[in-house]
Amino acid sequence: MGPAVSLRSAVALLGRFPALAGVDLDVEAGSVLAVLGPNGAGKTSLLCLLAGLLPLRAGTGTVLGCDLRGDRRALRQQVGLLGHHLALYPDLSATENLAFALRAARRPVTDGVGALERVGLVGRLADVPSRTLSAGQQRRMGLAWLLARRPALWLLDEPAAGLDVEARALCEELVGEAARSGATVALTSHDHAAAAGVADHVVHLSGGIVTSARAGERVRVA
Amino acid sequence: MWRDAVLVCAKDLRIELRARVLLWQVLPLVLFALALGPSLVALRHGAPGMLWLALLLATVLAAGRSAQIESPEGTRASVRLLGLDPGGVFLGKALALFVELAVLTAVLAVGLLVGFHVDGVRLALAAPLCACAVAALAAVGTLYGAVVAGTDVAGTLLPLLVLPALAPVLIAGERGTAAVLQGGGPGRWAVVLGVMAVVYVAVGVVLYGPLEEPS
Repeated sequence: MGPAVSLRSAVALLGRFPALAGVDLDVEAGSVLAVLGPNGAGKTSLLCLLAGLLPLRAGTGTVLGCDLRGDRRALRQQVGLLGHHLALYPDLSATENLAFALRAARRPVTDGVGALERVGLVGRLADVPSRTLSAGQQRRMGLAWLLARRPALWLLDEPAAGLDVEARALCEELVGEAARSGATVALTSHDHAAAAGVADHVVHLSGGIVTSARAGERVRVA
Repeated sequence: MWRDAVLVCAKDLRIELRARVLLWQVLPLVLFALALGPSLVALRHGAPGMLWLALLLATVLAAGRSAQIESPEGTRASVRLLGLDPGGVFLGKALALFVELAVLTAVLAVGLLVGFHVDGVRLALAAPLCACAVAALAAVGTLYGAVVAGTDVAGTLLPLLVLPALAPVLIAGERGTAAVLQGGGPGRWAVVLGVMAVVYVAVGVVLYGPLEEPS
């Protein structure tokens, strides 16, 4: 398979601050990339750039065949992002949010029911406004959204944050399933051991640039 | 685009229906009636202005709430990943705002009948003019809501920006409604408001996408 992500000297700004200051990165399609680094290293900005949410200011970049300097709307439709904030609308329930997202993506609304069941948001939890859910439950809703949407590129920003042991295991399971189904996964983490355990490749980011890259545990085991 | 518009409109109306905030905007009309006193002549004379002032205040509130729905950081990012047509999102949000304001206008019209003793038949004749004006209010409110969304001072900035833009609608609406209630026809005011509505909607459809994109 060819590269799902290819960045050369990629620069992205947050306001006037260069959050990414010349990133070189290649990610093979169907592989799992773990991005490690301290707070403020640019990990979230890298995911936003790959999602087409942050403009590429300098350098070149293609994600899933889409040029990051061109129209990024086509790219966004193929990307799923689990960020730090609650996805979609806080005033709608998890069921309503997923129904809205699936209708927007022109997918069957019934996909959302199975996804919510898979992440354990059933009964009352699926029907209360999502702002009333706990942080961990809101993350589960984000995971359900990814699961129902089945994007070609999964972007997970510290996916284990706020999740209990059971949900962390589920998250790792979903990452593995996504990669096996041909999707590409990029996740950020502070936990080196946990990230390396699920990743094919590990890169370290610091000060907005990639400082080191090596193979992850999945490659070694395979 | 229209499919996305219907989707967004239904979502906004669902959220607004639960909040039930807008119907409190009937209160200004009650306060205006109290301020004008018991004189039947003064009440009838002031009715069109009071109606449009109440609608103007409601538009500012409703536009702020409509923009607030899309403002949380996670919402903005995740919704942009849905690939919705920006023009469709604008139309959907403006349509939802139109429905909210149209319902409020109907409630306010009842208030005018009861509290301001206006002629019901004449008031009904003003409905098409009101529809054009409310469409213009909804389009302007949605567009300026997008301009200020995501800023730290959205609550302060929105009225400052939107009130001057809504002033022509207020004036034309008041003049047209007054003309109808006094036994004439809406005439050129209906045309002016219709043109305003079309222009504001067209501008909104074109500009909403660039406004939502980070520069």
